[in-house]
Amino acid sequence: MERSTLNLWVGIFVLLGFFSFLMLAFKVGNLTAGGSGTTYSVVAHFDNIGQLKERAPVRSAGVLVGRVRSVLFDPVHYNAEVTLAIDSQYQFPKDTSASVLTSGILGEQYIGLDAGGDDKMLKNGDEIKLTQGAMVLERLIGQFLFSKAQEGGTSKDGADKGGKK
Amino acid sequence: MPLDATLRGIRQVGDRTLRIVERVGATVAFLGLTLAQSATSFRRFGLVIREIFYAGVQSLIIILVSGLFVGMVLGLQGHETLQNYGSEQSVGVLVALSLVRELGPVVSALLFASRAGSAITAEIGLMKATEQLSAMEMMAVSPISRVVAPRFWGGVFSMPVLAMLFSAMGIVGGFLVAVVVIGVDDGAFWSQMQAAVDFRHDIVNGIIKSVVFGIAVSAIATFEGYEAPPTAEGVSGATTRTVVSSSLAILALDLVMTAFMLKGWN
Amino acid sequence: MTNLVEISDLNFGYNDRLVLKGINLTVPKGSLVAIMGLSGCGKTTLLRLIGGQLRAREGSVRVAGQELNHISQRDLYALRRRLGMLFQFGALFTDLSVYDNVAFQMREHTTLPESVIRDLTLMKLNAVGLRGVQSLMPSELSGGMARRVALARATALDPELILYDEPFAGLDPISLGVIGQLIRRLNDVLGATSVLVTHDVQESLKIVDYVYFVSEGVIVAQGTPDEIRASTLPFVHQFVWGEVDGPLPFHYPAQAIQNDLGLREG
Repeated sequence: MERSTLNLWVGIFVLLGFFSFLMLAFKVGNLTAGGSGTTYSVVAHFDNIGQLKERAPVRSAGVLVGRVRSVLFDPVHYNAEVTLAIDSQYQFPKDTSASVLTSGILGEQYIGLDAGGDDKMLKNGDEIKLTQGAMVLERLIGQFLFSKAQEGGTSKDGADKGGKK
Repeated sequence: MPLDATLRGIRQVGDRTLRIVERVGATVAFLGLTLAQSATSFRRFGLVIREIFYAGVQSLIIILVSGLFVGMVLGLQGHETLQNYGSEQSVGVLVALSLVRELGPVVSALLFASRAGSAITAEIGLMKATEQLSAMEMMAVSPISRVVAPRFWGGVFSMPVLAMLFSAMGIVGGFLVAVVVIGVDDGAFWSQMQAAVDFRHDIVNGIIKSVVFGIAVSAIATFEGYEAPPTAEGVSGATTRTVVSSSLAILALDLVMTAFMLKGWN
Repeated sequence: MTNLVEISDLNFGYNDRLVLKGINLTVPKGSLVAIMGLSGCGKTTLLRLIGGQLRAREGSVRVAGQELNHISQRDLYALRRRLGMLFQFGALFTDLSVYDNVAFQMREHTTLPESVIRDLTLMKLNAVGLRGVQSLMPSELSGGMARRVALARATALDPELILYDEPFAGLDPISLGVIGQLIRRLNDVLGATSVLVTHDVQESLKIVDYVYFVSEGVIVAQGTPDEIRASTLPFVHQFVWGEVDGPLPFHYPAQAIQNDLGLREG
């Protein structure tokens, strides 16, 4: 095989590889969305985060605006401390509320942000004060039984077994 | 004597284990030797380019076609299953994540081991059997730096490119089946995929995997060729061993790396 | 006249089996010496010891004044640049053209410009009469032609010592005569010293200066070709004249044939 044909083929090979990398990075992956790379982090405390994991999406009005950076247990308040990395191009008011939501029935859990009306915006290191934790199925059922029991007014035992929301 | 038989059985297991460990150790030592004598490969990169042609370019067809088919099957199966949950639009996510994280690196490495790895072993083994390696040594040229190292690096450079092509081709295949044939919404297919596939944690990790597989397959293939008994059976046995050991190494390494990557090692 | 190769009291063995026992051998500068013997008598092993591919167990092997037993890899490679070796079946690099094969050492060991390498290569090929096949691949050559190309390659850097491993094996009578004449001529033209390992008595007796006979790891006879032809030693006589039976029996040691066939006397 001639040296020049060899080089030509290897050149084509490398270019193909490069284009497939570009396709994977921009068409398949999210290098464009949030690919600017700059994010700011805010902290939120939840009494229960359910199945929320690191890197879970953070959405506002359904749009991906960031990702969960870390999930830790706060030994002082005995609740979950979640750090969110939000894309710098999205700014939220200081009184924005965060809740742990589920996409679909079997879907993953994510953090939903509902913008408030404050003039000041959240900055790096701020905390979101208004939070709502995950719905836990057992508690929902317990609540349901509790309310049913109250409606009927028949039994008092077992009522305490239902948790509070 | 049942006790004797049992003892003999246990001893055989021990023997086998020791031999496997020895073989792995020898392969790693050989890899070290190859790395130590790689200077020539980079000073005269033409040698490596030639091997990229034989290992990479000549594997293109099988990689592209297999990638397309695997992607199409994923599209069909994924759609079939996701339909039950009313989320057939997530088929893009399923296809892309399976390919980029696992199937792309693993399947392309398995194909690479049987297509290029076996060829490397057979070629080096034959060069040894026909005394070409001895001849080179007698000319004061180290066969490791002149024959082994360029083939090793050719394999290491080709592998990630092939894996990316496999994944890209597979996603195109999934797109063809899901969107063009079945009629899943075009926008949902891509947007859900983009929302779910993370550049750093999915794509880059997949590429890291394929680089590691490339190193493993190339090291095994060159080692088996270099250590092959210089006979016809010797070379054919070494070729078989390359495919078997490479496949096992790929799957074992994949398990270890996946475990670390999911733990957030990166 | 000084000796280029000096071997004294050499013992060598693979594992427990002693292959060479108490070998004493000298090769004077400028001479063409043959080591003859039956297949498997250890003569190729002897050649590999001279080339430094094997290390002696006891005794010394000195080539160009250097003791090979404790030589470092670097010194050995430096020594090998002054050595040429013709392998049994040529051992041409099958992935390089005839031209590139001959130019191989010049490219690896010198920084000569390509135009000089071209002239030298064509001169070497011309010396073996094969300038016309420079662009062919080794697989396109006949056995005799491959041997001649290998000869051109072995002498590419004008070595001081040329080692020949069975240069006549598997050649037709014409090619055989051509190779024999080339070996003699190259030795004289280059002022080199040659060691020839062969079992082809008639052809080598025509060209060599001195002969060593090896049998079962021991030198059993030595002398000039005329002395060998006139030798009355039974073994040498049997070997030179190719007799079926003699000191080396036709039958491999076995029990009596009657027993093997289940026959009884009477």
